[in-house]
This record gives sequence, C-alpha cells and structure tokens, in this order.
Amino acid sequence: MSTNSYAGVDLALDGEGFLQDPAQWTPQIGEAIAAANGIPVLTDRHWIVLHFMRNTFLSTGDAPSIRGLGKESGVPVKELYQLFPKGPAKLAAKICGIPKPHGCI
Amino acid sequence: MPSSRRHIVILGGGTAGTIMANRLARHYAPDLEVGAIDISVVDENDRHIYQPGLLFLPFGMYDAEDVVKPRGEQLPPTVHYVQATIAHVDTDAALVVLEGGRQLTYDVLIIATGTRTAPDETEGMSGPGWQERVFDWYTLEGASGLGKAMATFNRGNLVISITDMPIKCPVAPLEFAFLADWYFQQRGVREQVTISYVTPLDAAFTKPAAAQALAHLLEEKGIQLVTEFATGSIDGAAGKLISFDEREVAFDLLAVVPVHTGATFLLKAPGLANAMGFVKTDPATLQSKHRPNIFAIGDATDVPASKAGSVAHFEAEVLEQNVIQFLAGEPLTNTFDGHANCFIETGFHKALLIDFNYETEPVTGHFPFSVGPLSLLKESRLNHLGKMAFKYVYWHALLPGYDIPGVPTHMSLAGKDL
Ligand SMILES: Cc1cc2nc3c(=O)[nH]c(=O)nc-3n(C[C@H](O)[C@H](O)[C@H](O)COP(=O)(O)OP(=O)(O)OC[C@H]3O[C@@H](n4cnc5c(N)ncnc54)[C@H](O)[C@@H]3O)c2cc1C
Repeated sequence: MSTNSYAGVDLALDGEGFLQDPAQWTPQIGEAIAAANGIPVLTDRHWIVLHFMRNTFLSTGDAPSIRGLGKESGVPVKELYQLFPKGPAKLAAKICGIPKPHGCI
Repeated sequence: MPSSRRHIVILGGGTAGTIMANRLARHYAPDLEVGAIDISVVDENDRHIYQPGLLFLPFGMYDAEDVVKPRGEQLPPTVHYVQATIAHVDTDAALVVLEGGRQLTYDVLIIATGTRTAPDETEGMSGPGWQERVFDWYTLEGASGLGKAMATFNRGNLVISITDMPIKCPVAPLEFAFLADWYFQQRGVREQVTISYVTPLDAAFTKPAAAQALAHLLEEKGIQLVTEFATGSIDGAAGKLISFDEREVAFDLLAVVPVHTGATFLLKAPGLANAMGFVKTDPATLQSKHRPNIFAIGDATDVPASKAGSVAHFEAEVLEQNVIQFLAGEPLTNTFDGHANCFIETGFHKALLIDFNYETEPVTGHFPFSVGPLSLLKESRLNHLGKMAFKYVYWHALLPGYDIPGVPTHMSLAGKDL
C-alpha cells in the first residue's frame, strides 16, 4: 500500500496503483490517473466505459469482465483494446477508481 | 399424494448435479419413501462424459468409449431423471419450464448446468478449418477429431490457445502442451514440430507461485509461452490467431479452448446470472444472490474458485447441509472455502499436484494423502498414478457422493511450505 497525489488529492493506493477507497474518486482524479498510465486525453468513448464500469461496481460490488463490458457497455471488445491498451478491464478499473478486478482462477 | 410434498429440482446431471442427487437421496431416503420429498434431475442428453479424460483423447491414450457412460445409471433409482432441455426458469413463480412446455415447480432449485464452450463468441473460430485444423478439444467431438489430426501431424506449428478466462480446469491446456511434447518425441518428430502456448494471462497460470514452476517446465520442454494475448479473431484459412491489439500467431494445427459461458437459459431470468451466464452465487453458502430458494454448484457459479470436478466435490458437502437447513427453515451455517485440488499431467508418466483455496495459493510441500505423501508442485510418478486413478475414483466415489479418504473438504495447511 502507498499513497500518491493525483489532481492535488492524496490517495491511498494498493501495490499496483488501484484506489483503496472508491469514494475518494473524482473525474479529475480519473483524468490524472489516465495521464499517468499513457492515456493523455479521455474521450467520450472512454467515459462511456468508465461510467458503466464504476456504476456496475457501485451497484453490484463487482467489476465486469472485458467480455461483460463488450456485451453491456455498448463499446465492442476490439475498441476497448484501442481505448485502454493491453488490459482494458484492469486499466479502466484503475482509472475509474475501483479495486482491481478479481480476474480469474 | 400428500400436498405438503416438497420438490427439490436439480438442473444438470453432470458432475455436480449427480453428486448432489446421490447425496440428497441418501439423506432423504425415508422422506422419499413416504413421498414427503421428491427429487428431480433434468439433463438434455444421456451421455455423462468423464471430462478430465478428454485431455487424453488427442494423444490416443483413451478413446471415446473410455469416457462416456449413460447418465441415468449414475443416479439413484429414487430420483426422477427427466431428459429434456431447460428452456427457462421463472424465479418469481418458482417454476422451471422445459422445452416442449412441461413445467416443474420447486421448493429448492439447485443449478448445476455447468459451462459450455462458445466458439461463435470469437470471429472466425468455427469458420474455415474448423474440425480440420482448428479443434475445440473441450468437447468429445473436438477431442476425437484432434486425435485424428495429431496422428498424422509430422511437422509445423502446433498452437495451444486459451481464448479468454474463466475456463474449466485452467491447468488442462498446460497439461496438453506437456503431453504434446512427450507425444511428438515418442513419434520421433519433435524436432520438426514447434509448440506454442498462448494465453490471455500475464503468466503461465493464474496463481503466481504455480505460474513460476509451470513456466519453468514449459521452458525445459522447449514450449514457447505467449502471454497477454487476447484472441480477437481466427483466420483458419491462413492459419493465424489475431489478438484484439493486432498481434498474430501462426499455426498449422490449433488446439483451442473457446470462450466459456453459462447455459443460455440462465440469461433469460433477470438478475439470476452475470453477463456471461454464470449464476451470481454467495461464495461461502452457495446460495443464489437473487433468490434464497435457489442454490448453485460447480462450473455454473460465478464464485472465484477453479471450475473443476474436485471443486464440485468439495462444494457438494457444504451445499447438502445448507439445502437441508434451508428446507428445515434454519439459518445456513456451512461455508465453502474455495478448496481445489488438481493433478497436473506433465508427460513421461509424471504429474504435479496443486492444492489451494480462496485465500491460500498453491505452494510446494507434501499433501498428506491416505496412501502416502504426494509432492506438491513437483513432478513425480506417484502423482501420475493419482491422475490416472482419478477416472476410477470419479465413477465409483466422486459421483456417488462419498467422501474421498484423506482428502478433506476444507483445505488443510499441513505439509505445505508456507
Ligand atoms: C479437458 C478437460 C479436463 C478436465 N480435467 C479435470 C481434472 O483433471 N480434474 C478436475 O477436477 N476437473 C477437470 N475438469 C473439469 C470438470 O470436468 C468440470 O469442472 C466438472 O465436470 C463440472 O461439473 P458440473 O456439474 O458443474 O458441469 P457438467 O459436468 O459439465 O454438467 C453440466 C450438465 O448440465 C447439462 N445442461 C446444460 N444446459 C442444459 C439445458 N439447457 N438443459 C438441460 N441440461 C443442460 C449438460 O448437458 C451437462 O450434463 C476438466 C474439464 C475438461 C473439459
């Protein structure tokens, strides 16, 4: 666990940089995390995914998987990889201030 | 017929459904006899496949007859076996609707419909080359077809690929890679065959300590490891796997594990399952998060445990007690810890064993088994014998729902190097 300052706010992060407390998040913090992770500008398409993911987490306690995002967010999987290179589910979770997705066993 | 008769309906007569039917029929034997309780199992076909055996079909070690038995024979005579396709579940009316219109009402519903491979989720997978050079060996048809293709494969690129997680038995594709190395050596063509292992994960396996040991084995056997490869499409004509971020892997023969989803009827009941059709389930009690009179077990759930027969076996003991408590109107006090226990076949008549749960990663050490310690995360011949004996154990102890001597339901830390 560490702390880091994004958009002028001190945040508690886990070892991989995920917010410990989703309530601390603001869109400005999201933009700052995105910039630090190689996405200088968040477009409307990014925000569709980020809002969908955050709302899903806040209402169900679980983050959707990539394929779940592809089916339900309105943004196809291929585009998710363009918007959030490498691991879209992980990167989008980090930017929208929710814990690291469970992944799979 | 007493009107107070209570109905237990089990959807799916595979590993988990069969274990539950056998356990509950034993527990409720007197109630079944007087008609106070009634147990039905629904499955769409009468072929119970020993799925762990599918791994050995492509290498000619088993053939189709070795892995299939009639489903009804695995069930006790006191339960009703209904052979039909489930069309949907009405969770408000507590009603299961079968294709053809027949309906079953339930007091307790146990969902054990497992997971299925969905080649059509990936562009091109079931297109050109399907069942010729592209095989889904997680099905009986695919594993048999791949066996024929392997027998005449003497040179070129064999690619083993996982399309996306979660999958059943996440170690099976690694075992396939290890066995392929052994198989082509036996056939004297290993020099002409390259073997690659393609995974969407960032390592050889989901759990770090095991991933390291397994990556080392891949390297030792000259198998290439391609990580973070999320397959977007397959071009069977050109022999190419293409990732969503536009990387490519060339193949002459592809042993693919398609995307897995839950049974499609689960998606038609709002709130019951997640987007991939896995039942939203409490990881400890195995009760549905949607309705208290619904439980789920085995591959059908969304709990963060491996999708494996050993997991279904450990879950069954917990679920049996919780179903009994539920029907008695008592609070549920039994909890599942995520225990999984898998042999990993590594070729040359050796195997590894891993043992883990929700909290504890697979580690090295010894598993204190009844016939003597089995080494954890290390290759040995005894582990291989354990793996091959699993077929007998499966039909004669696991499906009937007996406890397996020396293998406790909750994971034990004894012998583990922590
Ligand atoms: C290649 C391979 C190797 C494996 N190796 C191992 C191993 O070494 N060790 C281990 O522990 N596990 C292993 N497994 C995993 C193990 O086989 C499964 O985890 C286990 O069978 C799951 O049991 P289940 O009852 O949840 O699902 P299943 O046994 O798949 O049963 C589900 C049942 O539901 C029925 N069904 C589904 N939908 C409907 C519908 N709409 N209407 C009617 N019926 C329906 C199906 O016909 C099926 O019979 C392996 C699996 C594979 C594919």
